Amino acid sequence: MKEFRYTITDKIGIHARPAGELAKLSKEFQSEVKIRAGKKEAEARRLMAVMALGIRNGQEIVVTAEGPDEAEASERLEEFFRKNL
Amino acid sequence: MEEIRGKSILGRVAVGKLFYYKKPKRQVRRVGDADPETELRRYEEAVQAAENELLGLYEKACREVGEVNAAVFEVHRMMLADEDYQDSVVNIIKGQRVNAEYAVAVTGDNFQKLFASMEDEYFKARAADVKDVSDRLHRLLSGQEESRGLSEPAILMAKDLVPSETVQLDKRLLLGFVTEQGSLNSHTAILARTMNIPALVGVPVREEWDGHTAAIDGETGTLYVDPDPKTLAFLKEKQACAEEKRRLLLALKDKEDVTLDGKRIKLYGNIGSVADVASVLQYNAAGIGLFRSEFLYLEKDTYPSEEEQFAVYKQVAEMMAGREVIIRTLDIGADKQAAYFELDHEENPALGYRAIRICLTRPEIFKTQLRAIYRASAFGTISVMFPMIASLWEVKRAKELAAEVRNELESHGIPFGRVALGIMIETPAAAVISDRLAKEVDFFSIGTNDLIQYTLAVDRQNERLEEFYDSHHEAVLRLIEHVVRSGHAAGCSVGICGELGADTALTERFLRMGVDELSVSPAFLLEVREKIRGTDLRE
Repeated sequence: MKEFRYTITDKIGIHARPAGELAKLSKEFQSEVKIRAGKKEAEARRLMAVMALGIRNGQEIVVTAEGPDEAEASERLEEFFRKNL
Repeated sequence: MEEIRGKSILGRVAVGKLFYYKKPKRQVRRVGDADPETELRRYEEAVQAAENELLGLYEKACREVGEVNAAVFEVHRMMLADEDYQDSVVNIIKGQRVNAEYAVAVTGDNFQKLFASMEDEYFKARAADVKDVSDRLHRLLSGQEESRGLSEPAILMAKDLVPSETVQLDKRLLLGFVTEQGSLNSHTAILARTMNIPALVGVPVREEWDGHTAAIDGETGTLYVDPDPKTLAFLKEKQACAEEKRRLLLALKDKEDVTLDGKRIKLYGNIGSVADVASVLQYNAAGIGLFRSEFLYLEKDTYPSEEEQFAVYKQVAEMMAGREVIIRTLDIGADKQAAYFELDHEENPALGYRAIRICLTRPEIFKTQLRAIYRASAFGTISVMFPMIASLWEVKRAKELAAEVRNELESHGIPFGRVALGIMIETPAAAVISDRLAKEVDFFSIGTNDLIQYTLAVDRQNERLEEFYDSHHEAVLRLIEHVVRSGHAAGCSVGICGELGADTALTERFLRMGVDELSVSPAFLLEVREKIRGTDLRE
């Protein structure tokens, strides 16, 4: 399993549009990608579930990827977060 | 500026455009026993069509308002493709064998609630997107034209609104409503209070006001059409003060219901459908003191099956996770009618064939409901109460039927939990003989709406009698005190689940009487909590 921590810099947080793109991206991998914020967790491919986490600006999240392509998934996702969120 | 006086249902202020409401726009009909394959295909076709519409809208919006503003349609398309949303629709179609329209409506409602209950304003507002997506699907499924509903926040005016219409109104766009008919104690008024929306009744509405700016002052019961700047500024100030108070109340969301001298009160919520559970949980009520089971019967064309009822009761029990859920058995008749019951027309429906009277004469309906309740009791803490009790034998007979159900379940090895049995005290007869009734049951719940109507012999649906409908009448309060005393003497706990339970002018008096539980519309939970926490019973 690969994981990385990331602190959200977007001024709203993980809002609808990036959450949608995140879902799309996560579906490209065979690995299971999860986002953890505090005690709550959601699969990154599930848009509504991710939005329901209500992740805001300044909040730290942990992203985990587990599966055959976890290394690539983790890398691409980290890049996505840095660029978009 | 025109100034019209009406009767106010809720003491709040609303300012906005008037919208004249002619007929219900979209009704979701639940069709049972549908073929899942057909419905799944219809759903998939609707999703495809919705996607095409959204793509078209996106392109159009890109041209007209730019990419940034068009992004909302992209988001809608992504929501449409969300796996949780799709799974939910598919499960409902397959599991409940219902039509796709219904499955979409239920799913949309659930996701809307999820977002609406979030704290952050941005995420809260996403409920509107979920609704938009679900409405689009529903419209495509039912082949309806896009109708003229509320498309922007407005004060709705209508000749009359029936409860089902009030419920179906898009609450987020509804700033308030004004109707010509309807009394302060009608079900519509009760619903307005439940939804916490300022409303005036008894205002002669005019279609030509449609689109005009207006303001409702719920404190004085006045409707201002085309208010002048001074009036408008005054009302906006009043509104801002009320908002501030609301914000302060929200700080009480997770506080305990304990008086200053340390007495714990059970503050429960009243619900009329599964959707209401969200607000009960949001304000952290200790349980559900009145689960009106009628909706299961009213929204259908035929008797709801044991399985259907079981699924609903189980869901609520599970959502409440061990907190008490008091289910009131079937309370149909009088102003709540379902055609398939084939009830005869009555001269005096309030004094007629209703509630427990139907249950005891048609035990097959009653036992189906009791079986569903008992089975669900294995999944949480469920209590049951019987409405409209007037005589001791009715309680004994209802208990016998409950015992039969338990025996039948036991002999089939079907599990169930311990279900406390209680009765509603809503007839003066029951209140007077409450000492005898108390020996038969675990708890009392006082239904003040009917208790007032029967004690004072005032029809609460009759607008002309409003000045005679005195909810603080000494006779009513003495009856309540008597019920509390005789209940406690026999070890029964006593609650109040009628409108009076939320009347904070009486909260202290009720607590002094020793009332154990107050069950109120979720919208009033915080106000009553504030009152409880400020009461000192030692003084």
